[in-house]
Amino acid sequence: MRNICMKKLRKLSKNKVVLVVFLLLSTAGIGQGNLTGNIESTFQYLNDDPVINAFQPPSKGLINSYMNVFYTHSGFKAGMRVESYLPRIQGYPNRFDGTGIGFRYVGYVNQKVDVTLGHFYEQFGSGLSLRTYEDRALGYDNALDGIRLIVKPTKGIQIKGVYGNQRLSFTNGRVVNSDGIVRAIDAELSLNEAIASIKDFPLEMSLGGSFVSKFQLDDDDNLVLPENVGAYGGRVKLGYKKFRLDGEYILKEQDPSIDNGKVYNYGHACVLNFGYSTKGLGLTLSAKSIDNMSFRSDRNKELQDVFINYLPALNKTHTYNLVATLYPYATQPLGEVAYQFDLIYTIKKGSKVGGKYGTTLGLNASTTYRPEHYLNGGNVNGANRVYYRSKAFDRSDSLYWRDININVTRKVNKKLLLLLSYYNITINNDVAKISNDATGIISSHIAVAEASYKINAKHNIRIEAQGLFVNKKSDGAINDKGNWATTLIEYTVSPHYFISFLNQYNYGNPDEEKRVNYPNVSAGYIHESTRFMVSYGRQRAGLFCVGGVCRFVPANNGLTISFTQSF
Amino acid sequence: MKKYFLFVFAFLACISIFNAQSLLDSLDSKKVPSVKLKDINGKEFNTSNLGFKGPVVISFWATWCTPCKRELMAIHEQYEEWQEETGVTLVAVSIDDEKTKRDVITYANGKAWDYLVLLDPNGDFRRSMGVNNVPHTFLLDTEGNIVYTHNNYAPGDEEHLYEEIKKVVKK
Repeated sequence: MRNICMKKLRKLSKNKVVLVVFLLLSTAGIGQGNLTGNIESTFQYLNDDPVINAFQPPSKGLINSYMNVFYTHSGFKAGMRVESYLPRIQGYPNRFDGTGIGFRYVGYVNQKVDVTLGHFYEQFGSGLSLRTYEDRALGYDNALDGIRLIVKPTKGIQIKGVYGNQRLSFTNGRVVNSDGIVRAIDAELSLNEAIASIKDFPLEMSLGGSFVSKFQLDDDDNLVLPENVGAYGGRVKLGYKKFRLDGEYILKEQDPSIDNGKVYNYGHACVLNFGYSTKGLGLTLSAKSIDNMSFRSDRNKELQDVFINYLPALNKTHTYNLVATLYPYATQPLGEVAYQFDLIYTIKKGSKVGGKYGTTLGLNASTTYRPEHYLNGGNVNGANRVYYRSKAFDRSDSLYWRDININVTRKVNKKLLLLLSYYNITINNDVAKISNDATGIISSHIAVAEASYKINAKHNIRIEAQGLFVNKKSDGAINDKGNWATTLIEYTVSPHYFISFLNQYNYGNPDEEKRVNYPNVSAGYIHESTRFMVSYGRQRAGLFCVGGVCRFVPANNGLTISFTQSF
Repeated sequence: MKKYFLFVFAFLACISIFNAQSLLDSLDSKKVPSVKLKDINGKEFNTSNLGFKGPVVISFWATWCTPCKRELMAIHEQYEEWQEETGVTLVAVSIDDEKTKRDVITYANGKAWDYLVLLDPNGDFRRSMGVNNVPHTFLLDTEGNIVYTHNNYAPGDEEHLYEEIKKVVKK
């Protein structure tokens, strides 16, 4: 084909050749840009399995697919994502269907400005006032569609402005936006960068402030709803040698919504972190206070829809199967006061306790309470609808969540790695509902032992044994689904293959018929950035959480095939 | 006139082919897109110009990702040797969001890592690099071209990565 082209080109007259060469040179430039992206596709074929409440969907097969393409060339940028649900896989939000463009933008960037038109993801400070992001595993995407301008007038100063509608869902292959409009501005100042004379000052300081406003028409016949609602606040970050301290406080104006029962209270969110770390030791203390802070671009939406801000739970994200998936906790946007302590310490290698390869200890504790509300004597339907007063970090005795966990990692020798963990998790199922079978406070102990053995340079076997024990209720009855045991065996051949077998056994279920096994086998092939995985088996119903955001995934039984590719 | 249109048509067809070709060529020598990230001490870095002399390994990880941590732990044990032999620098990009971002410095220092640890709390760099899931590792040669990628970790993968690093240095 190229040869034919050359022949045709040779036939052209001299003048035309000059023109062609010029055009070719100018267009060849386009080809020199940078193109990146990825593809992901997950297919499920599901069976009926009444014992675990799993049912075959009418179409039997389900498939979710995505492809991102991002292009940049000397300041110009453009990108898009095509997504497809034919139909959506199990547990995905029920308004995802069809194939189409779910995300697209164009923009220009240089040293001073960065402008984007179309969809974009953005985060101000720690996200308490604004964060838009995609979490595909959850089916969560609250991208803004509009314009974003980032300006860096001088060193150390950055100003961001955004204006747009939020993505709510994806129906018939088209993005559906939420009702309201979001407008926001954020400024950040790094003092050490902005002021040359304190550049090498040991105390590092940065300040920031943001103002976010949403507009939505008053759609209530009985109340006068504020159509413009603002949220604003500031943040500070300090670092001195091995110490650091940061915090952010955001105040939200009157924002009556379905979530808060249309009260006219102000809301607040505050997060504080203090840390000390040196080589071999890391320590963090955190505190968080939230009240009436559900901030959405549509006041009539619930669950995980169109949040403008991000309120992550203040606790560790666990990874072992029973710990991560049975009793996860998500922030209560209506209010909570939480604390966390996290410590990691590595005992030096070569020491008597540390062993030849060193031993790492981890200790983590987190706790969350309901905030104290001082009632105004009246009821919510009173004249001003300000129902209560509250103060930041003023907590009641009502416990929502507590987690105390400890883990030890020790490399015994060149081949063997051992890990031991213990978790004590308490969750208030009346508030943070995670199970229909439980009542009140669920208290559980979880123990995990893991061993990884390197057979030779490429072959490795890894085994996990996990047990979850639920405390009985005060009347002696078994709470929730009772005790569980999980085993995992994984065999890997570097760098291309893996196979693993996982079984969850609900041996302590109060209902004897439900004392069942949930076996699942999976195998995969990886070549550079291509990944192909097949799994078959049962999947327990439950909350699937990433960050502080969760979605309910119904039980299923069947085949899952997934393919991912980056380029 | 008809002939002229034919020329224009042929010419446009050729451009598109040339372009496709050069686009493919550019894919073969892909560079790291420019995203500004802060490290765990608050210092800003431009991902397209990290400023290291030797080869660079960019490893996407998270505090909640067990295989990621295992990979970085395995490399940590040999890192000194790797650096001496090849001059390689490892950049560990944490994709932890605000929920667990505070734990990144605790973990990285608690594990006594010598890596440059960057924070990508809203996934800007992760997206621009086309990363689907973690761990995902990229190897850059001394000119900043991406020469090897791997999207997984199994014990032994670090040896494979080291072989690739040595190839880059020999070039």
